[in-house]
Amino acid sequence: MTAMIDVANAQKTFTMHLQGGIELPVVRGVTFHVNPGECVVLSGPSGAGKSSILKMIFGNYRCDSGRIGIRHRGVVIDLATAEPRQILNVRRATIGYVSQFLRAVPRVATIDVVAEPLIAGGMTRAEAQQRAGALLQRLNIPERLWQLPPATFSGGEQQRVNIARGFISDLPILLLDEPTASLDAANRAVVVELVAAKKRQGVAMVAIVHDDEIRHLIADRIVDVTSFAAAA
Amino acid sequence: MVDQAALESDQPLLTAKSLGKSFGRIAACRDVSFALYPGEVLAIVGESGSGKSTLLQMLSGQLAPSAGHVSYRMRDGVTRDLTTLGEAERRFLFRTDWGFVHQDPAQGLRMAVSAGANVGERLMAVGWNHYGRIRDTASDWLSRVEIDVARIDDAPRTYSGGMRQRLQIARNLVTEPRLVFMDEPTGGLDVSVQARLLDLVRSLVAELHLAVIIVTHDLAVARLLSHRVMVMKGGRVIETGLTDQVLDDPREPYTQLLVSSILPP
Repeated sequence: MTAMIDVANAQKTFTMHLQGGIELPVVRGVTFHVNPGECVVLSGPSGAGKSSILKMIFGNYRCDSGRIGIRHRGVVIDLATAEPRQILNVRRATIGYVSQFLRAVPRVATIDVVAEPLIAGGMTRAEAQQRAGALLQRLNIPERLWQLPPATFSGGEQQRVNIARGFISDLPILLLDEPTASLDAANRAVVVELVAAKKRQGVAMVAIVHDDEIRHLIADRIVDVTSFAAAA
Repeated sequence: MVDQAALESDQPLLTAKSLGKSFGRIAACRDVSFALYPGEVLAIVGESGSGKSTLLQMLSGQLAPSAGHVSYRMRDGVTRDLTTLGEAERRFLFRTDWGFVHQDPAQGLRMAVSAGANVGERLMAVGWNHYGRIRDTASDWLSRVEIDVARIDDAPRTYSGGMRQRLQIARNLVTEPRLVFMDEPTGGLDVSVQARLLDLVRSLVAELHLAVIIVTHDLAVARLLSHRVMVMKGGRVIETGLTDQVLDDPREPYTQLLVSSILPP
């Protein structure tokens, strides 16, 4: 298998114990794969389960049945059955996740928020900060903001900090959940360029994008999530 | 990268097997098993009376289990059953390779002696005897936990609650332990003071590659600090897993109740 991500028959149902045990089927029979250097965009209306699938691939949501095969350091690991430690290792070395929202860490300067994944991966602080600065510059975050914690930034600025943090590492898989949601045209174009650069490096990506124009620009293939609808 | 590779291949630091404790007819803690690896942060969550403090006391060798056992891999690489350790060995472990951060700093500090002595005492207990070096190391640790070094000769009873808690952390970390137990470390603090302390603990844990077992009823603390979480109810572990998985996709009715009880930020 050369695919970086190989999802087979994955199924997810929420059981809402506080609402009398209602079963909320989300998706079933989810099957698709992503090769290196490819960007697969998940499509479908709100509530079809796109974000849930992305979270299952990140190991954030559990998978009731099926398989989430991830190529991690040359070995395929099934995240549906992996131990927490294995999932953490996969996240450190293999899968990055760029969500719409920055989970702000109090008191940490923007430049360090962005540099942190590189430092955790063993890079020196100075070098990591240099790369973080270059990326922030590219995403039009003015240098005078770099030493401030991003908690007080505008929504668009926070999202760009989050994108910088997500794109800075050299992880072979990236999951993008609405990376351009609240960005202006200039910054959307930067994100499209960043995605193209990742493809050239052989990164496998799965994205959720509502903007038709962006989707057209980044998608190599589109997977229609409505075919995995679990509702009877 | 070296640390990460070591983390993957390493042996567990502490292992609990079928651990249980009964007080007369009351089972405070039943059948708890898990393994903790170097550098891993495990949060034990649950409300008062769920058995989490009893569990922490057994794990740290302060309370003898009624069933099961706890083993710990010592610095020499030999894994020992805690119950077979002599009192002197156990105390030595507590002074060197382990730390214990109490909810109430007064329990973990000597309130009437200076901050410098509080930190230096742990060093003297492991054989340091050069006054100048002890004082230098103590001041270094005070600044690492963001206490003004000018306050080194003041006793912690003159400190604020947040400063006392940071001093307790410095006292625990000065001997470079590999495992730190924390019992509701942010319990008695104001929200803003809590945030600062959590941020400090978070960076120290990563920097020093510490393994931590933290007992908390605050799921936000668990989310910020821990890799893994165990949810306890009625003395049993009812759900366990990766922290974000358990908190974002809770499976058990009780965990869903806990998660849904958090006020939105």
